[in-house]
Amino acid sequence: MTPLAQLLEAALFSAARPLTVEELSTLEQEATLADVRMALEQIREHYDFEQHGVELLELAGGYQILTRPVHAAAIERAHFSVRTPKLTAAALETLAVIAYRQPVGRAEIEEIRGVSAGGVLRTLQERGLIEVVGRAEALGRPLLYGTAPMFLELLGLRDLADLPRAEELTIALQPHRPSAEGEDDAAAYVEAES
Amino acid sequence: MTTSEAPTSALGAGPGFVVQLDAFSGPLDLLLHLLREEQLEIADIPIARIADQFLQAIHELGLNQAADYLDMASRLVRLKAQMLLPRGSEEDGWEDPRAELVRRLLEYQQIREIAVWMGRAAERRAEQFARGYLPAPPELPPPPLALDLLELLQAVERVIAGIPSPVLHRVVARPLDVETATRRIEQLLEEREQIGWLEALGPRPTIVDVLSTLLALLELAKRGTLRLVQPAAFAPMVIARDPARPAA
Repeated sequence: MTPLAQLLEAALFSAARPLTVEELSTLEQEATLADVRMALEQIREHYDFEQHGVELLELAGGYQILTRPVHAAAIERAHFSVRTPKLTAAALETLAVIAYRQPVGRAEIEEIRGVSAGGVLRTLQERGLIEVVGRAEALGRPLLYGTAPMFLELLGLRDLADLPRAEELTIALQPHRPSAEGEDDAAAYVEAES
Repeated sequence: MTTSEAPTSALGAGPGFVVQLDAFSGPLDLLLHLLREEQLEIADIPIARIADQFLQAIHELGLNQAADYLDMASRLVRLKAQMLLPRGSEEDGWEDPRAELVRRLLEYQQIREIAVWMGRAAERRAEQFARGYLPAPPELPPPPLALDLLELLQAVERVIAGIPSPVLHRVVARPLDVETATRRIEQLLEEREQIGWLEALGPRPTIVDVLSTLLALLELAKRGTLRLVQPAAFAPMVIARDPARPAA
């Protein structure tokens, strides 16, 4: 590996969070962003080719060294590390609404899910998965929520574009429509199902 | 969540399916579940049937106290009533009262699908560990001073040089005259049974007079010649002749 790749490897190892290409480029004055990307690719290939127990992943807008999934069970058995606890269905649904509708207020989340969302929103905020991104112009200027970088880390996504696109879902994601068109949506859904 | 407090029970004895309570994340979820079980199409919900099933389900699940479920139940009952009303022909612009519910169910189903996808993504990610979280190191105290004797002495000289020329106080001895004060008090008490503190001080007292008078009063009180009385907190002190030993 080149000296730059070695330096980046050291930095990625020392950090407990994903580091962006921009952050990594500050390590070496003469390194351009392209140099950094090339060196990162070299590290990734090295880990893969030499079959290391860790791999370099692109995550939440940055890069991070992670253990390979195949070792998860053994590491957990030995209590060296534990899996992040699973999110509840309520938390996942709320995250889904926020991820696709952001910035979105509590009222809209509750309308879509059909249940009150206060407790779930607080939990998600405490876990750093969502954040307040502004206030709506509506009466009472309600808070608007959006996903936080931790959301991408939790799901192992590079960015929000990694979420399934509308056409990849069984039912195409549709923005709010007048209720009169509801039947058309329904017809489209039935076709997709059969 | 509203459902967590309700008791766990099976959903009816019907076609032999058992439902766990925490399997539902809301009334829409329960509704979708009922439609799936009955293999009904969302687009053409038999409202009357599904409304009855929904009511029965929340009753058996002990959810009939949960506001979110009650809200949905009331909507279904209203829809059921609306469906019973005579309708005009389609050309008259008759709007299916179920349209809004259908739209919500489809929208909710999308969200469910995304939620499942996201759950799987999170599970995959949880299979991989990053380095353990390291909290930021606490702020270190400043390093201890490293000085040799010469530097210390130079520092002392700098400090001394910075001190302005000393201010001198002249101390003048002003002896207390307790005897004169004692005589004055005794004289006053011969004339009257009690006097005030200001009277005991005499006209235009100096600080020395005040101290002398105070010491004289304490001494006389100790001897039992007089009593010092303060009628109330912060009230002026009253100096009274001791009734047991009337003045000569």
